[in-house]
Amino acid sequence: MMPGKEKTRVATIWLSGCSGCHMSFLDQDELLVPLAEKIQLVYGPLVDTKTFPENVDVTLIEGAVANEEQLALLKETRGKTKVLISLGDCAVTGNVAALRNVFKDSDKAVLEMAYIDTSEVNPQIPTGVPKLLKKVLPLHEVVKVDHFIPGCPPPAGLINYVLTELLNGRVPNMEGRSKYG
Amino acid sequence: MSVATATLKIDGVEVTVPEGTTILKAARDNGIIIPTLCYLEGLTSYGGCRLCLVEMAGSPKLFPACATPIGPGMEVTTNSERLKEYRKMAVQMLLAERTHICSVCVADDHCELQALANQLGVDHVTLERNWTGMEIDSSHDFLVIDRNRCILCTRCIRVCDEIEGVHTLDLKLRGKEAQVIMDLDEHWVNSCSCTSCRKCAKVCPVGAIYIEGEPLDHTKRKDIAEFILSRRKK
Repeated sequence: MMPGKEKTRVATIWLSGCSGCHMSFLDQDELLVPLAEKIQLVYGPLVDTKTFPENVDVTLIEGAVANEEQLALLKETRGKTKVLISLGDCAVTGNVAALRNVFKDSDKAVLEMAYIDTSEVNPQIPTGVPKLLKKVLPLHEVVKVDHFIPGCPPPAGLINYVLTELLNGRVPNMEGRSKYG
Repeated sequence: MSVATATLKIDGVEVTVPEGTTILKAARDNGIIIPTLCYLEGLTSYGGCRLCLVEMAGSPKLFPACATPIGPGMEVTTNSERLKEYRKMAVQMLLAERTHICSVCVADDHCELQALANQLGVDHVTLERNWTGMEIDSSHDFLVIDRNRCILCTRCIRVCDEIEGVHTLDLKLRGKEAQVIMDLDEHWVNSCSCTSCRKCAKVCPVGAIYIEGEPLDHTKRKDIAEFILSRRKK
């Protein structure tokens, strides 16, 4: 990615997803060792940093965009990242997170279904949490995305391939490597 | 008895085939693969999916290979950058038209639309998607139709009419609203013409019609129409 530089600054983000993509990232197993020598993990669920840092080289984003907080974080990330990657089907297509999109006014309908209609004890809509978007969106419907790693979850080997190519200053070629959906 | 033939060029290769042959068959018989989705060997051509579009020298138009008969002197191109772009767009439009979520679909890994997306390098859909919430009919003993996964290829309708001979299935409405229906839009369990022969599930290229509890790779049989026709000739 950044030849000549000490370490490539990598961030990961977890939006509306199940964390399976991050599990798959960890599933790189022993391949994480050579990776760790070249990258510095500067933000993400695996790191205790509260705000998204400046000058990030690569950001891997798991999950779809479902609420206003995620929308703002994604836009902030895009402004501070050189290479932005949609990691996994929720980020690429919306996937399971976007299943609510088939309902009319799904932002309201989904809360009513979960917290009123099917609740037997003290039914109430939660407050103080980020407002849901009308529709759950894949990342590229909000910001420019540079690379797509599809899969539910994306295979660990594919994540490693993309990162290795980028770290070596090459553009990953996904044709024949990835599976849609 | 001699058969009248014609000679034409496909991708620069000179081929001689019987007159009346479609471009698709002429290409396939000569080892040239043109991607298809609505076409199925043994059924009449429909020309609806637009994936088999080819270029012809002297015409700015594109022609569906499955529904265009060959002619002498034709010069056909089956693969070009323009065609690849159009095919990628056709696949994306099919994926955007209804609710296609592979990870919760019975046809994941056994889906012809998904396979074409992979083959053409479609790793995401650039169009805004429709997110349809059409009715799923699981009233039949074992056949299920999820219209949100339907790509309107009409293979099920044609196999029901042309091979099984009962014409239970047909289309209602137009365009993106179009839906496969049973008889006069009955629930499947109430259809008096359906013989429960399962051919519709066998030819469905996606996960729109399937058999409850049966693995897709067991159900699907792309050769079913051709196979039955060949047996009838004996």
